[in-house]
Amino acid sequence: MFKKILIANRGEIACRVIKTARKMGIKTVAIYSDADRQALHVQMADEAVHIGPAPANQSYIVIDKVMEAIRQTGAEAVHPGYGFLSENSKFAEALAAAGVAFIGPPVGAIEKMGDKITSKKIAAEAGVSTVPGYMGLIADADEAVKISGEIGYPVMIKASAGGGGKGMRIAWNDEEAREGFQSSKNEAASSFGDDRIFIEKFVTQPRHIEIQVLADSHGNTIYLGERECSIQRRNQKVIEEAPSPFLDAATRKAMGEQACALAAAVGYTSAGTVEFIVDGQRNFYFLEMNTRLQVEHPVTELITGVDLVEQMIRVAYGEALALKQADIKLNGWAMESRLYAEDPYRNFLPSIGRLTRYRPPAEVAEPGHVVRNDTGVYEGGEISMYYDPMIAKLCTWGPTRSDAIEAMRNALDGFEVEGIGHNLPFLSAVMDHPKFVAGTITTAFIAEEFPEGFNGVALPDDVLRRIAASCAAMHRVAEIRRSRVSGRMDNHERKVGSDWVVSLQGHRYPVTIKADHGGSTVCFDDGSELRVTSDWTPGDQLATLDVSGEPLVLKVGKISGGFRIRSRGADLKVHVRTPRQAELAGLMIEKTPPDTSKLLLCPMPGLIVKINVEVGDEVQDGQALCTVEAMKMENILRAERKGVVAKINAAPGDSLAVDAVIMEFE
Amino acid sequence: MKDILQELQERRNTARLGGGQARIDAQHAKGKLTARERVELLLDEDSFEEYDMFVTHRCTDFGMEASKPRGDGVVTGWGTINGRMVYVFSQDFTVLGGSVSETHAAKICKIMDMAVQNGAPVIGINDSGGARIQEGVSSLAAYGEVFKRNILASGVVPQISLIMGPCAGGAVYSPAMTDFIFMVKDSSYMFVTGPDVVKTVTNEVVSAEELGGASTHTKKSSVADGAFENDVEALSEVRRLVDFLPLNNREKPPVRPFFDDPARVEMSLDTLVPDNPNMPYDMKELILKVADEGDFYEIQEDFAKNIITGFIRLEGQSVGVVANQPMVLAGCLDIDSSRKAARFVRFCDAFEIPILTLVDVPGFLPGTTQEYNGVIKHGAKLLFAYGEATVPKVTVITRKAYGGAYVVMASKHLQGDINYAWPTSEIAVMGAKGATEILYRSELNDPEKIAGRVKDYEDRFANPFVAAERGFIDEVIQPHSTRRRVARAFAALRSKKLTNPWKKHDNIPL
Repeated sequence: MFKKILIANRGEIACRVIKTARKMGIKTVAIYSDADRQALHVQMADEAVHIGPAPANQSYIVIDKVMEAIRQTGAEAVHPGYGFLSENSKFAEALAAAGVAFIGPPVGAIEKMGDKITSKKIAAEAGVSTVPGYMGLIADADEAVKISGEIGYPVMIKASAGGGGKGMRIAWNDEEAREGFQSSKNEAASSFGDDRIFIEKFVTQPRHIEIQVLADSHGNTIYLGERECSIQRRNQKVIEEAPSPFLDAATRKAMGEQACALAAAVGYTSAGTVEFIVDGQRNFYFLEMNTRLQVEHPVTELITGVDLVEQMIRVAYGEALALKQADIKLNGWAMESRLYAEDPYRNFLPSIGRLTRYRPPAEVAEPGHVVRNDTGVYEGGEISMYYDPMIAKLCTWGPTRSDAIEAMRNALDGFEVEGIGHNLPFLSAVMDHPKFVAGTITTAFIAEEFPEGFNGVALPDDVLRRIAASCAAMHRVAEIRRSRVSGRMDNHERKVGSDWVVSLQGHRYPVTIKADHGGSTVCFDDGSELRVTSDWTPGDQLATLDVSGEPLVLKVGKISGGFRIRSRGADLKVHVRTPRQAELAGLMIEKTPPDTSKLLLCPMPGLIVKINVEVGDEVQDGQALCTVEAMKMENILRAERKGVVAKINAAPGDSLAVDAVIMEFE
Repeated sequence: MKDILQELQERRNTARLGGGQARIDAQHAKGKLTARERVELLLDEDSFEEYDMFVTHRCTDFGMEASKPRGDGVVTGWGTINGRMVYVFSQDFTVLGGSVSETHAAKICKIMDMAVQNGAPVIGINDSGGARIQEGVSSLAAYGEVFKRNILASGVVPQISLIMGPCAGGAVYSPAMTDFIFMVKDSSYMFVTGPDVVKTVTNEVVSAEELGGASTHTKKSSVADGAFENDVEALSEVRRLVDFLPLNNREKPPVRPFFDDPARVEMSLDTLVPDNPNMPYDMKELILKVADEGDFYEIQEDFAKNIITGFIRLEGQSVGVVANQPMVLAGCLDIDSSRKAARFVRFCDAFEIPILTLVDVPGFLPGTTQEYNGVIKHGAKLLFAYGEATVPKVTVITRKAYGGAYVVMASKHLQGDINYAWPTSEIAVMGAKGATEILYRSELNDPEKIAGRVKDYEDRFANPFVAAERGFIDEVIQPHSTRRRVARAFAALRSKKLTNPWKKHDNIPL
């Protein structure tokens, strides 16, 4: 076996590979940019080599620098992770020339599958079902519009070299085709250094289901079932699961065999993923093949028990697969939630900064219950603007889909992240969404179910009551502690009462608390009771409670006269008051926040790339106003309503802070 | 006998109704509570002992003899906050607009005298139209009596003012001399002369809110120490503040049970200071991670944000925190921040509250604005306040401690008791670049040479060890163990005794 490998990546995937390498007794080498000096993967690796400035195109994707790091450290093989150089055939060639093993497929397979146009042709020849589309290269926006019209809207405009949602746009009409072509091209140029674009039919009611394949250099190819990745935002995967709740055994087998046929056709070795789009009738079409380890590989590992990274390393070393197709049994259900440094309350725009608090839930590996967190960050670490905003992958496993979902709900509730905006509340919201729970999802799920974006979750009455009871009990504990301050007037101490009024999310619950040594019985005014037990003490930011036999995990913050509670995707201000305080609080006037509807505010820290309008222009609802680039994504800001531009406060090239006023309307 | 009891009850009922239901409703319609409701929320349930409920004014001019409301527009007495005694007065806007008469003021003076004698804080709730004009000079004399007591009580018992309505003219000077002023957003204002007079005299057109609202006084003038959304929140937060304060200057600050390990390690603090010395970071994170349970009561949050002041607890005991904030003006000292911190330090010292100072200061802010406005004397206030403070003083330098500002920020030379430094700290006369430009002026046109000099200077002085070699730093500590080290330092200082030379009073550069 290899003695030492280099991981040509960063973040969670670098950490993930290091874990397996360590398990196999292989030494690891990390590479890092200026922005990653303190990064977790650097700390975990046996050695680390600095390879340049923060931007990836000056460090992580500069082949010469990676080759130099290999030379310096004497690594015998390279695991590329995903993204960066993972599907770069020139890198694979450079490694081959240097006699270093590439823990991935052969150069030829990368080349053939790396180009979406070529890969589709090969797939069709190998008997794999494909989507109608235009395979040639497109010269300009006019041609893009013409071709789109011929294929018939809706169409998908994609960067040939793209992936991960970058450089991809859906167009429903000529105008969007024109706009989408241009922004895909720009993104493709800046992200991949390759601005070739192609267009294909956009399948409706689509589900994204992909097959994991594994092949060795001895002619063995197997598939390890599927993953469903339909929960996507702007073609960026958010939640994945394995198996798919939609596939039947026959479809699975057909897809698996076609995937293996394609792999064999290109002489594939290592782990790879064949992505399909599946319509409502279980017709499936080849989308693309990812010639690398996928982000969402852990769900496959959890249901098959196969360590894919280990298999990749073994295959790269020349070993034959020890696993046969018949050995692959799908066991139970696995879910993966991707934790993004994106603020769901600000239309999921990237958020950067210092992780002042980062406490993932405890990892669990028990029969019937697994929690796994693949992470690349730590408390006190910095989320920089240079790289992918995905910072961790939280996975759960259970015997059934509903067990896996329930485990995920609890794990998300116990996940503490502060300092940056993040999508934990949104992930929780999806886990409780009836359509998701029923498994009736498509890739349009987020766009359809959250058309106005994400504004938090309105919890049902029974959950609110459980939270209200918990807060009442916690508040009482906190008030009793306050009443024990030194300097009290003897014999005239404050007596903390048992009657409280809890208000949250517009509801008011008058309660009476009967406390004993074991916990608190909280009686509501309708006669119902909840029993709350917990070892929570004031200051704990995570409360683990038992409410009448059911577990409840709350993130607890302080606000004046109560708590800020986050749970199940909801972010609540909970006030706990004495009946008299509550009565007087009722006299207070609700203040309305200042009107920002006449302003266009910068939704994230970023760079103004383009301003599309001028002072005096009348803009229509939905019209593009300007483009802000952040984390290499071009975000088009649109008019929320019809109006006339009164003032423009920014120019292209300006770096703006969050909430900076870009333009004002009359 | 029964009739007499009945009559007492009736008299009480009338007194409690203040200016009558119609005026109470008008007060409520403005989102304001009545004087008695405010006292109720401020104090522990059923703990209020009212005095002088039946006091009436003695004025007979301008038809005043016809209206003699009981209590005369102010509710006074004492009660408890979490079982600890406080005296309180609460002006009743429903009674003659809360205007201050001779008797109204006498009621306030009575409880202030009791407070000083019995060693308990005074909390004043201000909601008054001003002097009772009908009484003329008697009303002014009455204000003077209150002012005198504010002055004599200062430093003896904590005095807290809540502005929950108008507070204008001479009346502002009573709260002005108390330790803390809190306002309610949108429903309170304070000014010496109101918008009408301003317009007549200066032709300036300004609204009451702009002239003296909560936003003005918390952000611009620094008259107020904080502002709250409404009456309920303001009263609840004042209760929270009182939990941090001793009852008088003869008592130790309060201690309460705590649930936070004093030895708690915060690994994330090891990465708080960025690699790049010109990058800011949020000093509040350090405060929150050092404090018991992350509980921080900030004073003057919206003013001179380049310095942070407020209260935390360590092992349950109150500690005042003063910290440079690198996020704002690089954390430099200037006129506003010096004044803000100096006043806070003197409050802590007056009431035996230990002081934790967190230092990342590049120096004093340069410029004509600063010099013309007297940064020399204002900066000296902070220097003076730290130098004369005899309470336990623990200092942690996290990064920069340059020049005179280093000395000011509770350095060893100003009787700092325990002075720690993080390994990232740079204790020097100035930054390496500035220093080399002075030391090697002749080499300035040779960038290569200068770069070398800068490097040499950094290697020699941009660290805590030169200061540690001289004993100016007691120990260089790991950032992650800051809470434990600081808590232990204060624990070791619990019986500190230090007395400055006798004097009538000092002559701080006011």
